[in-house]
Amino acid sequence: MKAVCWQGVNELSVERVPDPAILNAQDAIVKVTASTTCGSDLHLLGGHIPAMRAGDVIGHEFLGEIVETGPEVTRHRPGDRVVVCSIIGCGRCWSCRHGDWSLCENSNPNPGITDLMWGGSTAGIFGYSHAMGGFRGSHAEYVRVPFVDHNAFAVPEGVSDMDAVFASDAVPTGWMGADLGGVRPGDVVAVWGCGGVGQMAAKAAMLLGAERVVAIDRYPERLAMTSRHVGCEVVDYTTTDVVSELRERTGGRGPDVCIEAVGMEADSTGLQRVYDGVKQRLRLEQDRPAAVREAIHACRTGGSVFVLGVFAGFVDKFPLGALMNKGLTLRGAQQHGQRYIPKLLELIGRGELRPSHLATHTMTLDEGPRGYDLFRNKKDGCVRAVFRPWI
Amino acid sequence: MKRLIAGAAALAAAGLGVARWAAARGRTPVPAKDPLAAGRWLGVTINRPPEEVAPGERLPEPLTRVDAEVRMNPAPGGRGTELYARPLERTARSEGALTRLRGEDSRTAVRTALREAKSLLETGDVLRSDEEVATTRPTLPGKVLDLALGRASEGGRL
Repeated sequence: MKAVCWQGVNELSVERVPDPAILNAQDAIVKVTASTTCGSDLHLLGGHIPAMRAGDVIGHEFLGEIVETGPEVTRHRPGDRVVVCSIIGCGRCWSCRHGDWSLCENSNPNPGITDLMWGGSTAGIFGYSHAMGGFRGSHAEYVRVPFVDHNAFAVPEGVSDMDAVFASDAVPTGWMGADLGGVRPGDVVAVWGCGGVGQMAAKAAMLLGAERVVAIDRYPERLAMTSRHVGCEVVDYTTTDVVSELRERTGGRGPDVCIEAVGMEADSTGLQRVYDGVKQRLRLEQDRPAAVREAIHACRTGGSVFVLGVFAGFVDKFPLGALMNKGLTLRGAQQHGQRYIPKLLELIGRGELRPSHLATHTMTLDEGPRGYDLFRNKKDGCVRAVFRPWI
Repeated sequence: MKRLIAGAAALAAAGLGVARWAAARGRTPVPAKDPLAAGRWLGVTINRPPEEVAPGERLPEPLTRVDAEVRMNPAPGGRGTELYARPLERTARSEGALTRLRGEDSRTAVRTALREAKSLLETGDVLRSDEEVATTRPTLPGKVLDLALGRASEGGRL
């Protein structure tokens, strides 16, 4: 079959690879009908996530049709149209039972790597390095889905492919940031990053009752898209002092909840940009945390900061003093998607959530490398490129 | 002349600093080695009650394959069962590092057995990686990664 493969830093190709196979009795094989680029893939491409090997199939946010099931699969059968959570959960360990699906204790066959890096192992993720289990990604014609009864969700009739595909990752990740960030009715919420996840976090905050939501980015087309499709306020950080602006918009308090949806390659302005860039290139700092720093400084005293963007290692100049003395709550997680996807599919089905506008570019699998070039370099207003292997 | 004196003073100060650093370096505490490492219990918490973990005092199958002593107790807070094991034959710490690199560390086998027991009891299966049907090609960085991955399935917080 055909698949988009990582070949090295900033190098992708479309290859013929062996078809996936049922390896466990609770597996299914899914024929991929839509699979989208995600900002976290850019960290793989840039070589910031360790444990990638030449030939690894990437992609983790996808929709498809079940074509084969293992003998112990009970909730799905061939022909089901499903959206699959990008995070693999077993559904029965203590973490999964308590809704912390990205901390699944049984879905990462290579726990030694993340344990060494972070002092604990995390769940497996499709197409996200051998540290996350070495599972093949979804930018392919077919993909194996482990523990499919717990990780695949039937898409309601009437929901389009372009709405459903983002229920795999961008929508539940954004929702989790607002939910676990503690957004309550009447809150003021600021979101750093107007990519797919940031836009969905802003929308989730509004649906959870936030009175004002402000989204921050630098790209005019993304700011315009967020304003138009999410309906929140926007700020361009290249022309505005974000902390002062947020103070002015909140009676001097700062936002109640700050959601960071940028990750380890955050851009910034001025001296901070030079400092982080040099340190990261010299490998003196693994991740660039500019948006996290700003969120902590902007947040009201006693407020909450949620880190949705992906980080892998160590950062420098982390404002621990501000965090402690302002009495902030800091949380972060890979998405616990299975906790939210059924409810989000209902919201999408009722038309209360419409993420399809994120799909700015639709293309074939053969165009995978071009899709990532558009996406990574923000060319042609690309917010997400969605690959349709069978069209 | 003033410049020369200032330069000499700066050099002397720097020399003194280096000497102090060198002296202090000798006193820098090193992390203590764990004297109990070889005998420590390896543990997993299984989200099942003790009567399901070892019904009729029968151990989970993976643990019957290793030469280990085993104990268990209910986990606090309704978290199921804490299951512990350690090899009957203890190796010295220095030997342990070498034998682990060679893949012959008895603690590695016990660690793997505990993890498999947990997964079997909780899910009924032990998940296999797609690495078994590889799409990758050999490269030099890949070889280095292979060395790490070779032991990655045996590691983890145990």
